[in-house]
Amino acid sequence: MAPLTFSVYSLTALLFQFLNSFGFIVLATVGLAIIFGMMGVINLAHGEFILIGVYGTALPYHAGAPLPLAMVGGVVAATLFGVVVERTIVRRFYDRLLDSMVATWGLALVVSQLLLIVFGSSLDSISTPMGNVDYGPFSSSVYRSIFLPAVALLVLVGLYAVFTRTEFGIKARATIEDPETARAMGIDTDRMYTSTFAIGSGLAGLTGALYAPALGSITPNRGSTFLVESFVAVVVGGPSVIVGTLSAAGILSVFNATGSFFFGTFIGQMLLLLVAIVALRALPDGITGYVDDWRQRRRAEE
Amino acid sequence: MTLDISGLHAGYDGTPILKDIDFTVDDGEIVGIVGRNGVGKTTLLKAIMGLLDPDSGSVRFDGRDLTHEPADVHARSGIGYVPQGRDVFPGLTVEQNLEIGEGIGDGGETRYEQVYDYFPILEERADQDAGTMSGGQQQMLAIGRALVGGPDLLLVDEPSEGVQPSIVQSITADLKRINEEFGTTILFVEQNLSVIQGLSERCYAIDHGTIVDEIGDGAIGDRQQLEKYLVV
Repeated sequence: MAPLTFSVYSLTALLFQFLNSFGFIVLATVGLAIIFGMMGVINLAHGEFILIGVYGTALPYHAGAPLPLAMVGGVVAATLFGVVVERTIVRRFYDRLLDSMVATWGLALVVSQLLLIVFGSSLDSISTPMGNVDYGPFSSSVYRSIFLPAVALLVLVGLYAVFTRTEFGIKARATIEDPETARAMGIDTDRMYTSTFAIGSGLAGLTGALYAPALGSITPNRGSTFLVESFVAVVVGGPSVIVGTLSAAGILSVFNATGSFFFGTFIGQMLLLLVAIVALRALPDGITGYVDDWRQRRRAEE
Repeated sequence: MTLDISGLHAGYDGTPILKDIDFTVDDGEIVGIVGRNGVGKTTLLKAIMGLLDPDSGSVRFDGRDLTHEPADVHARSGIGYVPQGRDVFPGLTVEQNLEIGEGIGDGGETRYEQVYDYFPILEERADQDAGTMSGGQQQMLAIGRALVGGPDLLLVDEPSEGVQPSIVQSITADLKRINEEFGTTILFVEQNLSVIQGLSERCYAIDHGTIVDEIGDGAIGDRQQLEKYLVV
């Protein structure tokens, strides 16, 4: 019986590892995916937007605020920062992909250096809530392996509802599809861009807030942890925000979790990048770009 | 609700296209702008709509100076726009496209029933993605979208382009009916002779970016006079 029980435990552990990785990739990615998919801007400061969510949570928490309230602070901080950045910097770079990357990369450097100068080389870590679940020889964090993946799914469902069911979502999609015609239909497209960027920034803030108690040490260079995974997921997922994020996170997490589980995090990370390279070689426009092409070809044949 | 264009100059990136355009469209009229490809017809509609910022001159609607206002302000002032090539939002459903059109006018009234009465196909296909419809159906959607919010003035850019002849006739009749039933003023751009003759009460001929002739009510039936400005 021993080998069987071992394999049930390890399968469970593998599943939790997958959920952990899936939640992380989805949450790290959605904000970046919205801003890229809806506005054609790659925000290389995305990691620092998340970091503002982390700091916006950690500072009030250490000042005595209860954790959920402190997290609201992180979301608000990142959203406000996003509105200011859109109005002052990003607005000048719509439809200029490479320029937008250079500008936001510069912004990323400024933010992380400012955080270093103002708050020092690290903030005290916040302990992870909700404790662990133990099974056989394994133990998994309830917060990271159950709560965060559930929140990630809720965020995707919520975004789907916003962009398909609400007046704002439909106007935002019209603006993305054809800004000139949208304007001629009475839509203030500038305001749509600001709102969409604010939503992307707010989601980055939410990610930072949620991971503030799951990061260990809080340092000004943690932004890159998030940027790498989110960048890979956006590129693999392609232009469709929700389906792209979901499918890329699903596929990448399988490899990342399996690699991490059997050979350690470093190999898991390497596998993730390897899969991304192979996926891009095979599907240069990402998964959803390929699906769109395939649909159009099928329609043309009919 | 008079549209008053005076001394209008406009172009792209410093290249002048429109030169000294002057004309007026009175409340309830149907006026055509006729001319060959590339003479500036679409540019003129875009400048009137605020999609192109004029270099000089003025665009006034209902006494209000809209010259340098962006297009969304024009739309909310009651100007509906049916772009060339239709430009429906392909990824949105038919119904969602119509909902976007509610942004035209002051938002007080909507005319879904009337739009569905004119174009029953739009109600049948309400949940279909607009990008999957035929050219003629998309043209109906573009007109319906511009009509739903109850505009006072409709700008229509080449309604016949890319639409099969039988549908062109029915779209012409629909535009005429919209004008009669709602009193909607219509300014349209066209080079299809039968649409021009079937729709307009008078028209302006445009060539090389300026108005070269006004063809009044009596002369619209004169095929030869119109062809001068249409045939190369």
